[in-house]
Amino acid sequence: MCLAIPTRVIEVLNEFEAIVELSGVRKTVSIALVEDVQVGDFVILHVGHALAKLNVEEAKKTLELMAEAGLAVNPEQV
Amino acid sequence: MKYVDEFRDGDLAQGIARAIHAEVQAGRRYAFMEFCGGHTHAIARYGIPDLLPEGVRMIHGPGCPVCVLPIGRIDLAIHLALERGVILCTYGDTLRVPASNGLTLMRARARGGDIRMIYSTEDALKIARDNPQREVVFLAIGFETTTPPTAVALLAAEREGLGNFSVLCCHVLTPPAIAHILDSAGSGEAAMLDGFVGPAHVSAVIGSAPYEPFAAGYQKPVVIAGFEPLDVMQAILMLVRQVNSGRHEVENEYTRAVTREGNRRAQAMVAECMELRDSFEWRGLGRVPRSALKLRERFAAFDAEVRYALSYQPVADHKGCECGAILRGVRAPVDCKLFGTVCTPDSPVGACMVSSEGSCAAFYTYGRHRNTE
Amino acid sequence: MKTDYIRPLDLKQGRVDLSHGGGGRAMQQLIRELFAKHLGNDLLAQGNDGTVLPQQAGRLVLSTDCHVVSPLFFPGGDIGALAVHGTVNDVAVMGATPLWLAAGFVLEEGFALADLDRIVRSMAAAARHAGVQVVTGDTKVVEQGKGDGVFITTTGVGLLPEGVDLSGAYARPGDTVLISGTIGDHGMAIMSQRENLQFDAPIVSDSAALNGLTAALLASGATLRLMRDPTRGGLAATLNEIAQQSRCGIVLQETAIPIQPAVEGACELLGLDPLNIANEGKLIVVCAADSAPQALAVMRAHPLGQNAAIIGTVTDDPHHFVQMQTRFGGRRMVDWLSGEQLPRIC
Repeated sequence: MCLAIPTRVIEVLNEFEAIVELSGVRKTVSIALVEDVQVGDFVILHVGHALAKLNVEEAKKTLELMAEAGLAVNPEQV
Repeated sequence: MKYVDEFRDGDLAQGIARAIHAEVQAGRRYAFMEFCGGHTHAIARYGIPDLLPEGVRMIHGPGCPVCVLPIGRIDLAIHLALERGVILCTYGDTLRVPASNGLTLMRARARGGDIRMIYSTEDALKIARDNPQREVVFLAIGFETTTPPTAVALLAAEREGLGNFSVLCCHVLTPPAIAHILDSAGSGEAAMLDGFVGPAHVSAVIGSAPYEPFAAGYQKPVVIAGFEPLDVMQAILMLVRQVNSGRHEVENEYTRAVTREGNRRAQAMVAECMELRDSFEWRGLGRVPRSALKLRERFAAFDAEVRYALSYQPVADHKGCECGAILRGVRAPVDCKLFGTVCTPDSPVGACMVSSEGSCAAFYTYGRHRNTE
Repeated sequence: MKTDYIRPLDLKQGRVDLSHGGGGRAMQQLIRELFAKHLGNDLLAQGNDGTVLPQQAGRLVLSTDCHVVSPLFFPGGDIGALAVHGTVNDVAVMGATPLWLAAGFVLEEGFALADLDRIVRSMAAAARHAGVQVVTGDTKVVEQGKGDGVFITTTGVGLLPEGVDLSGAYARPGDTVLISGTIGDHGMAIMSQRENLQFDAPIVSDSAALNGLTAALLASGATLRLMRDPTRGGLAATLNEIAQQSRCGIVLQETAIPIQPAVEGACELLGLDPLNIANEGKLIVVCAADSAPQALAVMRAHPLGQNAAIIGTVTDDPHHFVQMQTRFGGRRMVDWLSGEQLPRIC
């Protein structure tokens, strides 16, 4: 059961709830499972609960790795 | 959509595809199993097989918790709705799972059962608060991704003294499922698998550490992947590299959400509320030891099995159904005699056709054009 | 004693009761003070069991639609406007000019007259805007609990100009598939109001009468094979219908399909595929390939077609599959929806 989507925290309501946003859609969700949520953080949302914070540094690194994978190949090779 | 669109980029996909093509060894076949419903769905929905070289085959394992939910458990839920008059709250996917007597939760609703689809456990709690004179039962299904939200609901119900709320717990665990597949497969079958694509959000919760025994014990590489299509492609590349160099390690492609320890807080909440069952029946796999959770004694008041004195009756699957073999990855949907005729997404017979993540459903809905070419 | 004084309907606090469907004075009053007041026109004013329509030269198109939407009022529309638009569109996509509507109401006992008034006013405005008249109708009332507020059925008649011949069976390999604008707006506007799926999102139903747009396309001289409005089941259902009827295949380009970011986001959040979501103001056009630029230009010049796009091609396919070239470079099927659209969790 994996359907989960990164959403941006736009308001922290209390220790249990926050409002997140995705492409202009706002939703009140539970943050009971994640520590220290701040406005501006990205959280992975699953069935109305934030499950983890998205590490934006790692996201950047992963995209770079992916781009490298493509560049390292000589098109003639394939 | 931030952190989503970037991982669906077509150009980057072509780049990774080229790398995979360049690095697969000539004449060698690679078979990788994924057991995350999100991966099955992403692979089908984005047409990933079209980008892979012929020697690389993706096999779909039992990653869909709706698919592995046995008939007997749905029967219990239907019983509660139709005969005990509860408000039965469930996630959408379960509504069409075929149960006994030709019923599904959807058909039970048509017969007068008060069955409500919810998006979150918070909705179920709200229904309980809004209907103090009714009993509300939440059908809790899912792997380790979906279990923490149930724990949050139980703790909230206990805190508020929400006396009319209870949970029918059908949560299952991923590592025992993998072990079962590897153990029960004959050595011939196990040898067919070259590696695993680890589930994305199960791993966000449990961390990457639990897969280390598999890599070491069964000598198979595991790469945990996010489930945007680029993540899956990158993970496949990493698996090809491991296989080529004879390594069998746990690697993490989904570093933006998965760490080695996982989400400790979520793990703690689950441990507070739930404990292991001795064994649990999985649709298509039979009884698997220590593979599922039940509520702890402390939460007996919120345990629907205790509250309603439910007794589980196992029900056998259709004889012609090949789901067991398909879930283990040794048969493909088209190998099943029922596929596409008797068994379709509109009238599913077996587990794999029930949810859009099941391998048969995913193949039928998104990929059956490949079968005719 | 004033013999002809009747206390007016209490439109603020009043509710529908069983007498309003009984055929007696109460029903006549409801018709007079509510329905006829807003929908009124000469034809309706004939006041007979059946309305005599002016003679027409040419073929007629007839269509009917039942409306059971819940909630009754949603961002961008209501059941009344929807009832007019739905039938107007079904007639218009055949190439006909919609002229007259019949409207049947099944009201639930206890339904607020204020809401009924609002709905009928909305119907009247929609009809005026579309250039059609509601010329006959019927009302019944069912006991409380036996209806969902109000159900409306509309039936429409239109005139088909000489030489116009469109059909879902006429698509041929090589033809171009176009859409008049963004997909999924109506369905997601409805979802946003439903009980268990609450979220604040700036998504508004696209409910609209398309007869102006269809008339412009017909007048343009483009070689049209068919037009259709993708309602329930979304783009996927309608394209599969066409593929079946025309006995050919269709291949779409995912990146070409217009969709609002908020609709896309809402679908992601709920695990829904925008291709399966209902639309109420969009047009699918299939035309000869060399007419495509013209058809596109005509649509884009019209207020309802500003986001029009070419989205695919009709192909020669013995399996009549609808497929899509994904943004990712792979290909996948676009199948009929199985059962009712349920949000995925996984």
